[in-house]
Amino acid sequence: MNGSSDNRVIELAIRYGFLALLLGLVVFFSFAANGFAGPRSAVFVFQSVAITGILALGVTCTLVVGGFDLSIGSVATSALMLSAYCMVILELPAVVAVLACLAMGALVGLVNGLLIVKFKVPDLLATLGMMFLLIGLQRIPTQGNSIATGMSLGDGVVAEGTFSPAFLWLGRNRFDFFLERLIPVPVIIFLIVAVAVWVFLALTRHGRLMYAIGSNERAAALVGTNVARYKIVAYMISGVLASVGGILLAARLGRGDIASGNNLLLDSVAAALIGFAVLGAARPNAFGTAIGALFVGILLQGLTMMNAPYYTQDFVKGVVLVAALVFTFYLSSRSRGTGR
Amino acid sequence: MDRDDSCVCRVSGLEKSFGKNRVLKGVDLDLPAGQVTVLMGANGAGKSTLVKVLCGVHHADGGAVTLGGADFAPVDAADAIAQGIVTVHQSIDDGVIPDLDVASNLMLDRLTAPGAGFFVNDRALRRAARQVAASMQLDVDVTRPVSEMGVADRQMIAIARAMARAPRLLILDEPTSSLSATEAERLFALIDRLRGQGVAVLYISHRMSDIRRIADRIVSMRDGQVAGVFEGEVLDYEAAVTAMLGHAMSDVDNTPAIASAPILRLNGVRLLPGAAPVDLTAHAGEVLAITGLLGSGKSALAEIVFGLRSLTTGNMTLDGAGYAPRDAGEAVARGVFLSPKDRGRNAVVPDFDISDNMTLPFLKSFSRLSLLGSARQAKAANRMIGDLGIVCQGPGDAITTLSGGNQQKVMIARWLLQPSRVLLLDEPFQGVDIGARRDIGRHIRATAGGRATIVFVSEIDEALEIADRIVVLYEGQVAGEHRAGAFYPAALVADVTGKIADEAAA
Repeated sequence: MNGSSDNRVIELAIRYGFLALLLGLVVFFSFAANGFAGPRSAVFVFQSVAITGILALGVTCTLVVGGFDLSIGSVATSALMLSAYCMVILELPAVVAVLACLAMGALVGLVNGLLIVKFKVPDLLATLGMMFLLIGLQRIPTQGNSIATGMSLGDGVVAEGTFSPAFLWLGRNRFDFFLERLIPVPVIIFLIVAVAVWVFLALTRHGRLMYAIGSNERAAALVGTNVARYKIVAYMISGVLASVGGILLAARLGRGDIASGNNLLLDSVAAALIGFAVLGAARPNAFGTAIGALFVGILLQGLTMMNAPYYTQDFVKGVVLVAALVFTFYLSSRSRGTGR
Repeated sequence: MDRDDSCVCRVSGLEKSFGKNRVLKGVDLDLPAGQVTVLMGANGAGKSTLVKVLCGVHHADGGAVTLGGADFAPVDAADAIAQGIVTVHQSIDDGVIPDLDVASNLMLDRLTAPGAGFFVNDRALRRAARQVAASMQLDVDVTRPVSEMGVADRQMIAIARAMARAPRLLILDEPTSSLSATEAERLFALIDRLRGQGVAVLYISHRMSDIRRIADRIVSMRDGQVAGVFEGEVLDYEAAVTAMLGHAMSDVDNTPAIASAPILRLNGVRLLPGAAPVDLTAHAGEVLAITGLLGSGKSALAEIVFGLRSLTTGNMTLDGAGYAPRDAGEAVARGVFLSPKDRGRNAVVPDFDISDNMTLPFLKSFSRLSLLGSARQAKAANRMIGDLGIVCQGPGDAITTLSGGNQQKVMIARWLLQPSRVLLLDEPFQGVDIGARRDIGRHIRATAGGRATIVFVSEIDEALEIADRIVVLYEGQVAGEHRAGAFYPAALVADVTGKIADEAAA
């Protein structure tokens, strides 16, 4: 029958279409853009998406429980400013700076979760409010200035602290891997986080219960799941991963730059949403999110090497996102709309 | 009389497939004017698909539908309505907008009609709404928001709005599934009036009491085809059920369990504000049915025992020890399980497959160091699929691909995976055909040893079928208690409708 073979084609397209497109892009750029096919270029793609990818994996956890976290970008920039403040102005060691940032991320996640679970604020609004609050808060200690060694602290005092080498190692060190100094630390951290989040969401009972909450919260509660706790945990994971992203950004920049990280929120949300289309999942998933981030990275890298101007980048990302969403929601609604 | 002239809608050779699945295999059906045709069929027989083709949601793959002699092939649901086929769907909230008042709900079509004015004249709207309500003999205040009204009133409003379009064919898909007996009677009176006006009515239901009350003809569907048409002065209900099931219905014969050790005890528990406290005991191995009308306190009782509602007075004991669960998690941990009513809202996880849906409460015992053993989940699910006769390809099927009855079997199986002290089943037969109902009932009784089973049902038939003992609630109080072997349906009905309680009060 015609109808059934049509359905099979659509199902194949939904399942593997996005991966096929990714492969097609790689092949195309390898021929069209000189120097695209090579280990250094590949690592560059990974490096360009590592931080957004980590943030995207966090937001994936909140999407899984049927929520959303708009505050991740501002948590990351807050971590960036906090780590700089700790080391440059308070002259604390790198370990303390990192721990302070992680604790801040966890705290923000906890507050987000409590606002949503206990105070019944809708997730988008709660995290939007938190985003606003953090963007403002991170400017207060330095009167709106960026933080760098030698900056004036008023009364003629100058900031003496520096980013310690151990901290900068996080953003700048590269491990040898066949080639000398090939793989940067953030890429390794991104891969570790991706595998960890994937294992957590896809293979553990906690992940399964979080998906159940996202799919039918009442049903999950009525089988005895502690819905409130899982939701709060999801926002805390998101907050901590966002602060990890902020730490890596600070380590790469080597200063507390107030203007950095503007695009983090949109880029990482886009990666998570593009991930819906991977393998026809039609729902948030860690593997899809990682692939979504890489997809955007490969596309931008390829286009840049073909001399596309930088200001077209956001447009390209937007096109990919809209296409992926249509792919996910339209096609899968067609193949799934067969319920009787 | 000449049937051809009176036939409003004729379906011939209707075919519909979803992928490989042939759901309608050449359905022939006549719907005469001024008659109520009841459509019976087990879950998955194709009733819903047939309805969706008629109301324009699905397009037929083959065959023809004529409406009043002309070809009928609606492009979409709105077109079907415009041509005169109006459907009231099972889920009432699809039919009304709760936040708007009655008048706006009744006049919704006028507001969306082409050429409707930009501004809404509330007074004119209400006047027109009152006329519609009056013509349906509906006694409601049209300025009240629909959200304040009960299920029955909402349904009446959905039907009244449907009737304002003067349909030639009215389709009612299990309209009484959430109505109490008195509310259902109001609906039947309305259907009687419509029948008098010459409207053809297609009525889909599993409830024998409904069917006895209003059917002029019965059409039984089985496996995508019409298995039998029953009409005439005296309808042969038994033959209709046999045609629908494909085999004769065997009478259930419950051997009452011998009362043994009490498991759950309620002492002086108040179910509804103002009602007298209730004492109740459930014993090991016993299947206790709690029945009563909507609002009789059945749900309150289930919620209190499962920890969803806190006790205001009295106390509970489980196996002799104090029992006061604060939430569902605590109840489950103590071995008190609840399969809630309204599975779509409260139980089914639509994104999951059968195996994950079934094992959801007990994921902990299917995992090591939190890592799930999906093979063990599938094995357990497979065992239940066999035990309960769930029709599917395997435990990896998406839950949404199953018919309603099979979904319900999965939801019941969920709570049979592990032994329980008290198993609460709230309306386990909701939207389930007789075949699946028998399968579920048999399995519940077969596994009842060792635990106390409490089944909450509003249909007396269902209580009679499954219980060793029936407790009837009326307005939050125990109105009567009956034991298997001495079930007198008439006495039960009297308890349910509160006759005795009222007499005692008088």
